Amino acid sequence: MQPDSDQPLLRMRGVGKAFFGVRVLDDVDLDLHPGQVHALVGENGAGKSTLMKIASGVYQPDAGTLELSGKPVTLPHPRAAQAAGIGIIHQEFNLLPERTVAENVFLGREPLRRGLVDRRAMHARTAELLAGVGETAIAPQTRVGRLGVAQQQVVEIVKALALDARVLIMDEPTASLAEHEVELLYNLVRRLQQRGIGILYVSHRLTEVFDLSGRITVLKDGRRVTTLDTAEATPDTLVRHMVGRELSHYFPERAAPGSAGAARLQLAAAGNGRLRPVDLELRSGEVLGIGGLQGSGRSALARAVFGIDGFRTGQMLLDGVPVRVRSPRQAVRAGIAYVTEDRKGEGLALSQSVLDNALLAQRAVQPRWFARAARTTTVRELLDAVEVHAAGTGQEIRYLSGGNQQKVILARWLAMKPRVLLFDEPTRGIDVGAKAAIHDLIRRLADDGAAVLMISSELPELIGMSDRIVVMRDGAIAGELPAGASEEAVMGLATGAATSTEVPA
Amino acid sequence: MSTELATPAPAVASGLGGGGRSGWGVGSIRPVLIILALLLIAVGIRQPDFYDPPVLLAFLKRAAPLIILAAGQYFVIVAGDFDLSVGSLVTAEVVIAARLIDGDPAATWPVIALLLGFGLLIGLVNGLVTTLLQVPSFITTLGMYLVLVGAVYTWTGGSPRGALSEEFRMFGRRGIDGVPVLGQLPYAVLVLSGVAVLAVLAMRSDFGKVLLAVGDNPRAARVTGARTARVRTIAFLASGLLAAVAAILLGGFGGVSFQVGQGLEFTAITAVVLGGVVLGGGRGSVAGAMLGALTLQTLLTLLNLLGVSGALSSAVQGLIILAAVAVGTLRRRT
Repeated sequence: MQPDSDQPLLRMRGVGKAFFGVRVLDDVDLDLHPGQVHALVGENGAGKSTLMKIASGVYQPDAGTLELSGKPVTLPHPRAAQAAGIGIIHQEFNLLPERTVAENVFLGREPLRRGLVDRRAMHARTAELLAGVGETAIAPQTRVGRLGVAQQQVVEIVKALALDARVLIMDEPTASLAEHEVELLYNLVRRLQQRGIGILYVSHRLTEVFDLSGRITVLKDGRRVTTLDTAEATPDTLVRHMVGRELSHYFPERAAPGSAGAARLQLAAAGNGRLRPVDLELRSGEVLGIGGLQGSGRSALARAVFGIDGFRTGQMLLDGVPVRVRSPRQAVRAGIAYVTEDRKGEGLALSQSVLDNALLAQRAVQPRWFARAARTTTVRELLDAVEVHAAGTGQEIRYLSGGNQQKVILARWLAMKPRVLLFDEPTRGIDVGAKAAIHDLIRRLADDGAAVLMISSELPELIGMSDRIVVMRDGAIAGELPAGASEEAVMGLATGAATSTEVPA
Repeated sequence: MSTELATPAPAVASGLGGGGRSGWGVGSIRPVLIILALLLIAVGIRQPDFYDPPVLLAFLKRAAPLIILAAGQYFVIVAGDFDLSVGSLVTAEVVIAARLIDGDPAATWPVIALLLGFGLLIGLVNGLVTTLLQVPSFITTLGMYLVLVGAVYTWTGGSPRGALSEEFRMFGRRGIDGVPVLGQLPYAVLVLSGVAVLAVLAMRSDFGKVLLAVGDNPRAARVTGARTARVRTIAFLASGLLAAVAAILLGGFGGVSFQVGQGLEFTAITAVVLGGVVLGGGRGSVAGAMLGALTLQTLLTLLNLLGVSGALSSAVQGLIILAAVAVGTLRRRT
């Protein structure tokens, strides 16, 4: 479908990168030809963004080489990448909303005339560039803040073109677009392709990958699994390449089938700005796994239940009783607990002691004027029971490992005796030993009658822990899978490769 | 439900004892104690009778308003905010008292109640504007500072009018006479002791712990169930109330003028920072803040004894703020 000239625009060979001894990218090859749309796909954490950052000069590779049009290059800085003709369009735009389109496009490189900015030349050149991508509706004099998201994206692209970019890296370009805007992006990408620009298209949405790309590279765990022509690929084969791994980790035994108790949490057409109306039932004694890609609405669901960004429509019932939860405080009082994925930003008061962090929920929700010895004793026992390793309960929590910090947060919520527990990436950034301990704790909580909802990007964890898996996509539930579903089935629903709920488990 | 979890594992397994927090860490009161001790020794050398109980009590009496202000400022700072309005609030309170009492002893108690209420009101407005309208407290209280200065000038037509009653002034000037050893026990020192005890108790209570957590990480505090806006507003209420108390003491032993509260907001912030409390919130103790105020007062006394010009004292305060913040930042980085 696309003319591949012999000489690749961008050639990466044996690229590797490690952070603090953890290898995140290993021996990756990639060729991008002029006029080619080359899709880069993989699960979260497969190494897509690291590879992208190496190609755009943000990171330096530890191993391997980069060539541009046959010449070896090093890109010590994003500016060097720009100068070499590599442009990158991030998910979040780097635009100044209060400046005009032309000012943004020429930021820092304004054409001068007698020492002053030559606005006329700047506007003319911007109009020319916009026309070049077929976009005539945007005036160069418009303030960027007044433009819609899709149009801002066009400005970002034009900004890269103004720097004579021959290679354009697009990171999840449709993530921020509405459905009708996606078609406009498609047209734009095809136009850039005709101009001989090589596009590295990073996405986990398989529909787009098949609509746009000519070639696909699949990454998994930092390695290149395969590179193939899109014409030869099917969604099924692609998903298999993206996951294909063995379940090796031990997980605690699941609940016996049919042993789940009464419905604890029920959602009936509950939705908000980020969630389309969701129907969901969470039973006492079960661990319900929530799968899906980042931004699919998994976290938004947990945060809505917990009242951080609450539901605007529909109904939520706790043990059959309708409840309205408008703040985390109300959620805590209703017996809901939430273990955030952003432990440092949202979970801990880092300068306070282990004990103070563990007591925070009780103190915040049931404040007392005089310290309760019983409370402290209980929390100390819980800290022991979850096996927190610290120099003492008076130690500042910032000095604990991620796993121990997470256990303190668990102890904090256990002290509240919650009916419903929401875990968002419970083992992110936690070492293997602590992971197993947290998995055991989650299972024990369910066995003790709590209803557990667990979000995870790690498919082995999601599948190994869950009694049932609900997969989300685009702010809605894409489907439900039974315990022990395959990784392919989860990814199929998550990426939209499989659209029905009747996916073979 | 968590019978199994609540069964304590042998404590040895995790070895979780108490303690563990170093007395030298950021937010500790040990550095300020050492500085205070050195300064007290220096003052004692310069003025040998300084340690006679009556002289010492007179010194504490003078230091009381600043220590009380520092306690109020502490609540606001440890929650991550600032209160720049306390200096002009003190001035406003004293000017209002003089005009309303106007020498009439019968008006004393109602006016004192009114002053305390006014302090709470200003704190409430500061707190609500900062938390509900999400104006940075630096700006809110700077605005309040200017509003109070302007309002007082306008209301009095340029010069303070009226006079304080003797009953009113007793809090700042007099004391309980005939106490063995001490001689006179000043009311100001009694008020100070009361404030100190209540402040320390408040910080030991659940409210105090939540206040620290809010200053440390407001998002985490909120997601754990804290009412962050309410907690921060209460800190401003405490600051306003304690500024009113300080004003009542200052009105007693100072005169009625527009200068009575001038610059006190910065002196109080300096004192708090000197006491090891970290600007930005979450670290430091109220005892440290009050000791910081005592230390600052001792330093100013020493400079006075050494014959250093009063004009230099603001330069000294500036240096203390810069040094304390810089040292705090450096220590946190390592």
